[in-house]
Amino acid sequence: MYGFEYERPTTLKDVEDLLFADADSRILAGGMSLLPAMKLHLARPSMLIDLSGLAELKGISVGPASVTIGAMTRHADVAQSLAVRNAIPALAELASGIGDRQVRNRGTIGGSVANSDPAACYPAALLGLGASIRTNRRIIAADMFFLGLFETALEMGEFIVAIEFPCPMDGAYEKFHHPASRFALVGVFVTRPTLGGVRVAVTGAGPFAFRAAALERALDSNFTAVAAEAVKIEPSGLNSDLHGDAEYRAALIPVLAARAVRRILTANPSFAKGSNYV
Amino acid sequence: MNIDVSFLVNGVAVNKSVEPQALLGPFLREELRLTGTHIGCDTTQCGCCTVLIDGDAVKSCTMLVVQAESRSITTIEGLAEDGQIHPVQQAFHEHHGLQCGFCTPGFIMSITELVTKYDDLSESRIRELVEGNICRCTGYHNIVQATRAAAAALKASGVSLSTTGGE
Repeated sequence: MYGFEYERPTTLKDVEDLLFADADSRILAGGMSLLPAMKLHLARPSMLIDLSGLAELKGISVGPASVTIGAMTRHADVAQSLAVRNAIPALAELASGIGDRQVRNRGTIGGSVANSDPAACYPAALLGLGASIRTNRRIIAADMFFLGLFETALEMGEFIVAIEFPCPMDGAYEKFHHPASRFALVGVFVTRPTLGGVRVAVTGAGPFAFRAAALERALDSNFTAVAAEAVKIEPSGLNSDLHGDAEYRAALIPVLAARAVRRILTANPSFAKGSNYV
Repeated sequence: MNIDVSFLVNGVAVNKSVEPQALLGPFLREELRLTGTHIGCDTTQCGCCTVLIDGDAVKSCTMLVVQAESRSITTIEGLAEDGQIHPVQQAFHEHHGLQCGFCTPGFIMSITELVTKYDDLSESRIRELVEGNICRCTGYHNIVQATRAAAAALKASGVSLSTTGGE
């Protein structure tokens, strides 16, 4: 790994100042994507700004209609949170399937969302649930946040503080694992929000997470697995690699959406009763 | 510029000055000469380098030494107490949960977290929860058996499971 400067600020203001002081600085959250990228020389920040000293970025709070998760909250914390599992079970389940147990003990929601990896799970949850991303400056709707491959609406000096998820009526996440990396070859998050129509969010299939309008329309008029399976997704613009070409990924989207719908309709939470951790 | 760090390793205070880019796994091996922690893939996948940080299993090849500031690190060398190997080590021994042994320290550290924090460890759940460790010899069968035996041994010895989760 190349050398870099390291800072562990204790106020949000100091984080912002450090980001402005050095244009090549990067924020270090859990390090589960950034450190491997640096080891492979795919990233070469001049400074790492470690957010672990900011207690206010950690933790989960559940309100009457939403769940707010601090940016530095780990996947393991979300997966294990009884409050999240009660309020939005699909979100806890999604967190319990990210990477592996050791990665979930380090990786954070803020890091995952800010990275906008095309195969990350959390972006599908943010879009599927219609979350809001609170930064040090403003609140950004998830629909306006993911802009491209590893590209988000975050501006220079801006970083994620917390993410607020409205509680849906119900929802489910279905993921087709890449067998080695455990990333989503394709992942589909389907929700019926308390307000508005069905939301269907897809990760893994394109350069960044997106909503599948055709599936949303189909499921708005007929919320059944059969209706989801009947939707054809256009493969152009989707990812093609040795693990699956664009046609394959396009075909997986309605299949996974249908599975999610089936899970919702049978109210089949995947959490085993009496099991304390997922 | 070097940074001063201070933390516990197997209960012993360590104070060192390290480069920011120093990684925990190589530091444990090369600076502290605790060579029981193995570096396998060095890409956060194989789990050979797993250690416990405040009881959480993490891959030490993908953690900076500076990120361990003020934490308590346990390596495979720190598991035995009073000359008695840990119940997870004992279970691996009895169930022959290894062949070449290279992945074993990482498995044992990972499974130590598993059996102390998780309950209802059915075979399929164990297999799911050890996805972060790769063994190229055993086919996992004996590792799963050893994990079940260790979980049962810990339960019988009255070690209470953490049940609060992350709240």
